[in-house]
Amino acid sequence: MADPILSVRDLHTYFVADEGVVRAVDGTSFDLHSGRTLGIVGESGCGKSVTAKSILRIVERPGRIVSGQIMLRRQNGSTVDLTTLPTDGRDMRSIRGGEIGLVFQEPMSSLSAFHTIGNQLMEAIRLHTNLSKRAIREQAIELLAMVGIPRPAQRIDSYSFELSGGLRQRVMIAMALAAEPRVLIADEPTTALDVTTQAQILDLIRRLQQERDLAVMLITHDMGVIAEMADDVVVMYLGKEVEKGPVDDIFHAPRHPYTKSLLRSIPSVLAEPRSRLATITGSIPHPFARPGGCPFHPRCPDRHAVCEITVPAEVVIGENHVTACHLYNKVAA
Amino acid sequence: MLTYVLRRLGLAVITVFAITVVTFVILHLPPVDFVTAYAAQVAASGSSISPAEADAMRLAYGLNEPLLVQYWKWLSMVAVGDFGRSFEYGRPVTEVIGDRLWLTILLSLGAIVVTWGLALPIGIYSAVRQYSIGDYIFTFIGFAGLAVPNFLFALIIMYVGLRVFNTSVGGLFSSEFQLAPWSWAKVWDLAGHLPIPMLILALAGTAQLVRIMRANLLDELRRPYVVTARARGLSERRVIMKYPVRAALNPFASTIGYLLPYTVSGSIIISVVLSLPTVGPLLLHSLISQDMLLGSTIILMLGVLTVFGTLLSDLLLMWIDPRIRLGQLK
Amino acid sequence: MSATTAESRVAVATQRQLIWWRFRKHKLALVSAFVVLAFYVVAVFADTIAYTEPFDTQASRSYIPPQPIHWFDAAGHFHPTVNALKGTRDPRTFKLAYVPDASEPRDLVLFGHGYEYRLFGIIPTDIHLLGVVNSRPQDALFLLGTDQLGRDVFSRLILASRTSLSIGLIGVVISLVLGVLLGGISGLYGGWIDVVIQRVIEILRSIPTIPLWMGLASAVPNSWTPQQVYFAITLIISLIGWTELARVVRGRFLALREEDFITAAELAGASQMRIIFKHMVPSFLSHIIAAVSLALPAMIISETTLSFLGLGLRPPAISWGVLLQDAQNLQTLALAPWLLVVALPVIVVILAFNFLGDGLRDAADPYG
Repeated sequence: MADPILSVRDLHTYFVADEGVVRAVDGTSFDLHSGRTLGIVGESGCGKSVTAKSILRIVERPGRIVSGQIMLRRQNGSTVDLTTLPTDGRDMRSIRGGEIGLVFQEPMSSLSAFHTIGNQLMEAIRLHTNLSKRAIREQAIELLAMVGIPRPAQRIDSYSFELSGGLRQRVMIAMALAAEPRVLIADEPTTALDVTTQAQILDLIRRLQQERDLAVMLITHDMGVIAEMADDVVVMYLGKEVEKGPVDDIFHAPRHPYTKSLLRSIPSVLAEPRSRLATITGSIPHPFARPGGCPFHPRCPDRHAVCEITVPAEVVIGENHVTACHLYNKVAA
Repeated sequence: MLTYVLRRLGLAVITVFAITVVTFVILHLPPVDFVTAYAAQVAASGSSISPAEADAMRLAYGLNEPLLVQYWKWLSMVAVGDFGRSFEYGRPVTEVIGDRLWLTILLSLGAIVVTWGLALPIGIYSAVRQYSIGDYIFTFIGFAGLAVPNFLFALIIMYVGLRVFNTSVGGLFSSEFQLAPWSWAKVWDLAGHLPIPMLILALAGTAQLVRIMRANLLDELRRPYVVTARARGLSERRVIMKYPVRAALNPFASTIGYLLPYTVSGSIIISVVLSLPTVGPLLLHSLISQDMLLGSTIILMLGVLTVFGTLLSDLLLMWIDPRIRLGQLK
Repeated sequence: MSATTAESRVAVATQRQLIWWRFRKHKLALVSAFVVLAFYVVAVFADTIAYTEPFDTQASRSYIPPQPIHWFDAAGHFHPTVNALKGTRDPRTFKLAYVPDASEPRDLVLFGHGYEYRLFGIIPTDIHLLGVVNSRPQDALFLLGTDQLGRDVFSRLILASRTSLSIGLIGVVISLVLGVLLGGISGLYGGWIDVVIQRVIEILRSIPTIPLWMGLASAVPNSWTPQQVYFAITLIISLIGWTELARVVRGRFLALREEDFITAAELAGASQMRIIFKHMVPSFLSHIIAAVSLALPAMIISETTLSFLGLGLRPPAISWGVLLQDAQNLQTLALAPWLLVVALPVIVVILAFNFLGDGLRDAADPYG
């Protein structure tokens, strides 16, 4: 495979509050490649969104990146570690939107109600180009047409509350791609939408990815979306990646008990009618009450005494397929 | 949008009606009716009014008729600008009030401008730098502003002015201009005297508005649209000023609905303490001496002007909020 | 305590415990609660804490500056004394003036004897917190000086706090009854009743209150007894104060109607009364308490303001506003600046109520 365009190495993002330290992201590494989609999956609260915000360096206080590297291959060919850039500096700002676009999870509130969508879209273009006002407007209309918004020349002067959820998400995608970035981070882009709109938005992302050779990082809790979109998958639990590999391996030969449980809990049309849906026992622990050892051990069906004490190291299972679980450590040993 | 305008207009009309009723009640509350009080006042000053004259007044105000008729007669006179005569000054009420009403409005509006001018930047600072030393300092000053009643603050400033600076901060004009006709020199003199009363008047309102602005902005700063604006590559400063501040501005601006009555109220007390030539001291004096036509007229005028001001600001607000303009919000 | 046990403790805590825990974290609010409590204790025991009859005038003692307590005697032993006043005649004007006489120290004691009064209005006694041995306190003890008529400012200030604090309390009770009743009806029934009540509130809030209060208060006849004036003024103040409380109550009712646990209670067949008093009221009681503690200082300011203008309580009634009236003009302030000391308790108690109310309001949303 070619060099990755963005590679995250051992990222740790912590929130330090009076009550204690929340380790939102606690050691993740992955690569994004042009034209490929990386799916990041996990239950809510496992640090997926914080990972996205860490890459863009927009983690809210009191959160901050404690350690790790985020290497971005820039358009001019140089490689830069984003964690070393000042958050509000010129470099980081030109990367946000310019080289990495973000589609956020709530289309209902991701647009300002006091500004027209055109105002916000044209701002995204203006920040990263030197075009004239008229050219910017033309390009904005073009973008709206590209993401499939009917009558873009009129819609550009609408306010977000005049659009449906699906249209708003299309506007968000247009905005994320306004400055032609090569990386697109989509954080739960379809969670708030109904099923048919969901499919349309995913189709749109896939089409744009092909047209523009985008590296897409797709964050979701929905294994169905992963199966449909992703080439590679990272499974996260409590800020740690527990398993990572090609999508086929993850779905057909999952190794980590958590991945297995996630897959078991997908409702299937093929299942026996009225059969019980499998669930993962217990719930995600309170952020301040993080279990010692393997973070998943209290809910794990296959836990051993060692799981409560030591954090499992990553074990290579197959090509590009790794998991962090003591079960395989023993096999290896 | 039209329904919104009509609703506001309707409410304003009802409020004005309510104010006239309250004013009428205040006019008739004293145990002695105002014509008798007038006659007694005139008699006390040496001269007297004839019984025929008193009867003519009673007839004009319908004092021997049912209350409803009295109200109607009084309202018809007031509607055409006939507010009657002040007993104490022996002149028409409008003449006695004269410039004082405009000075009241000037002082109140000026105080509101100061209130907003201070509260907006302080509120933004306190929200963006939440829990910083500056935030704590402003919060403390804000609490003090809330806790010190207007008149006490005026009193303390006056005392400090006397003791420390050996000057009197009272009044709106220097002595040579007090009775002089209006001129540029007099306006300039007024401009020099206004800031201190304006600041005193603005303090409590500012404290409240800072708290409102801070709370609203803190709410808005957590919204997803702020994250997307950052993700677009806007600088932090531009992000905050263009989006969340704009959103927090609306509830902030709509506070004029009670800031205006609050400030007008405050101007009365401050004027009494600092002896400013507004309607404040006049109102107090007329109420104490039971010069009811004068007193009730001042209450009526202040009430109606406040309602008018609130209506005006409501319509302006509507214009700047696209959600109302496009009929999305009720 | 480990995080897990903390979590399980939170999970089983009652609503009241949660509020208390959150409230405890607001140190300022906690301190303020004690300050407020102290003020009300002073108000209850006002007669005991005051040492001079508050109406005892003596023109020749007018404008005596505050006199310090001498804590130690010449030998350096703890022995609090105050100097008695000695009358001297001005050699030119022959006017009698009183000045403290250092040669005549009087012993200061706790629980000495003074003027007679009834504790709690029942028990006749003459014991006061401070007393002067072998002398009347009014001849020697001037902690905060005297006013124009030679009355002791400290004693009057203490007794005034009783009036001002109780007027706030009674005013809030009246406002609360009106607010809960009208706000509750408004929020519970909705429809046109809600619309009418909301419009009435809007109208009341859009009228400048001070001129209105002044107009109403000026109609209180001069012939009324201080008690009658007291209740008339309280009523006038609460006439407008209820709107904010009604707004809070209505808001809570509206929000609660949508809550799942209310729907669940309805589906379980609970009666309307049971739902209101068993489920709704307990869940917004804390909000009401917070709103009350924020409304109280506003009431106190209103009374003080009206009395200060001469339209509220009038002498011989004593309230903070009445006392501040004495400090109204510059000449008096220049002559007797200690009269301004009355401003201090006003500011402190209002600040304390505001901090307390803020802390309560934050604590009222234990899950928020």
